[in-house]
Amino acid sequence: MTAIQTRAVPGLAPSPVGRAVPVRGTDEGHDAVDLVSLPTGSDRAANRWHVPRSVVRLGGVVALVALWEIASRAGWISKRQLAAPSTVFTAGWDLIRAGTLQTALWASLQRVLWGLAFGVPIGAGLALVAGLSRIGDSLVDANVQMLRFVPIIALQPLLVYWLGIGETVKIVLIVIGVAFPIYVNTSAAIRSVHPGYHELAEVVELGRVQTIRKVVLPGALPGFLVGLRLSLAIAWLLLVFAEQINAKSGLGYMMIRAQTFFQTDILLVGLVVYLVLGLISDFLARSLERGLLRWQAGR
Amino acid sequence: MSAVGSAAVAAELAVSARDVRRTFGEREVLRGIDLRFGRGEFVALLGRSGSGKSTFLRALAGLDSGVEGEIRVPKRRSVVFQDARLLPWASVLDNVVLGLSGQGVSGKTAKESGRAMLAEVGLDGHEHDWPKTLSGGEAQRAALARALVRDPQLLLLDEPFGALDALTRVRMHALVQQLHARYRPAVLLVTHDVDEAVLLADRVLVLTEGVISLDITVDVSSPRLRSDPGFIALRAQLLAELGVDESAEGNHPPTTNENTPTTNTGALQ
Repeated sequence: MTAIQTRAVPGLAPSPVGRAVPVRGTDEGHDAVDLVSLPTGSDRAANRWHVPRSVVRLGGVVALVALWEIASRAGWISKRQLAAPSTVFTAGWDLIRAGTLQTALWASLQRVLWGLAFGVPIGAGLALVAGLSRIGDSLVDANVQMLRFVPIIALQPLLVYWLGIGETVKIVLIVIGVAFPIYVNTSAAIRSVHPGYHELAEVVELGRVQTIRKVVLPGALPGFLVGLRLSLAIAWLLLVFAEQINAKSGLGYMMIRAQTFFQTDILLVGLVVYLVLGLISDFLARSLERGLLRWQAGR
Repeated sequence: MSAVGSAAVAAELAVSARDVRRTFGEREVLRGIDLRFGRGEFVALLGRSGSGKSTFLRALAGLDSGVEGEIRVPKRRSVVFQDARLLPWASVLDNVVLGLSGQGVSGKTAKESGRAMLAEVGLDGHEHDWPKTLSGGEAQRAALARALVRDPQLLLLDEPFGALDALTRVRMHALVQQLHARYRPAVLLVTHDVDEAVLLADRVLVLTEGVISLDITVDVSSPRLRSDPGFIALRAQLLAELGVDESAEGNHPPTTNENTPTTNTGALQ
């Protein structure tokens, strides 16, 4: 230990500032000042067994998977109910070698990307219209704020009736699901840009277009990015839903087929792929935030 | 209705305000203010909290469309707010260059002027910093640079040093004096700090219950020292007008040390 010396010093003289306090012997006991060591950075540096937090967290995940494997091999879990991690891994590897997984993934990914490609601009565009003009606000905001309480999944029957059961209906479902969180967060962010910044824009004669470009848009960016992260999660959710209702390709289709043949290993491969896709999209969204919001303190 | 005119301001006038009134609901905040001051003049407006001094400044800035009376100010005017109000997502230089918008200055020239102005307020080397990394004093200096890069004919300072610590404030006072001497804009400084007003201004006004109750020309020899008898007398007079009796309030008598930094002895908070 390299702890600094802050232990009780016998007969420590009082500070000369202020009124004099009589020095009492430590042998008197109760009146002595007991000094305690506070933990400092030096303590941590001295601790050679310090393990990074991320490693500890990863260890937790590994432990859970190991427990699952052991339980499965020991026969505590029925293999028909839940395949062992090693079986899932093998099944995944087989699917990759056969090319099935890649084909399914690509089909699904395309749907999500098309959904985002239309949903994000629609949500952000409507937010701009509503956030920047009073007429836009009355025409758009009231309606969107009302419609967002319709559960999007409940739109499926009507959409199928209108659009059939092809690709379009799946993409449209994702577009609608993505547009709402983008709209809600972006329009709220536009409204919450500090009024003082609008005053500033007026004082320096910024003009309307420049005010939008230099004040409103960058000010609303953090809110937009929050909406983007939410909408990514919703996009995957709706993808699963859409693909399990009617599809000839994609991850959901792969899983529905596995269900028909009681292949829990393939079902689990599907879940793991969804999980990884979710992690990757969250990571991408966070990286985007870090890149775009460098000006925020602590980033 | 207000008329924030800019065209036919008399040659030597920077501000001409007549019978300026402002009510918020039932409350009359400004009850007929008349004020004229000339180019290059440094005017301080004192008042208690809620006396309407910031309301008047906002009216002169053109930020208040609900004000009544006649207001004529130059077209080129700048405001420094109590919070530096730098856009956090733009670099310090881009914030300063923002001051040149609406003046038809091209990007490169604007950046050069911005750099020069930053150097003048002592922030060279901070061009590419994010505003959130600046200290309070540095941020306020950047705000001052943004205001001055416009080469304003009227500079409106709304308690710009109110949030700064005493030592930083002394440095800011010196900087403002120096910049005023060089660029000679007309200045209206809104403050509640009597010392600050007497130290910086040519003329000190006191706003009481929505009207200007005192209007004094500062006649203290330069450099102004807090130990100067004229300074002490003026300060006492202004404090009395603001309703503070120094001896009764138990304040310490003004120190005779010339180097005493600005403290809050004259502040009404």
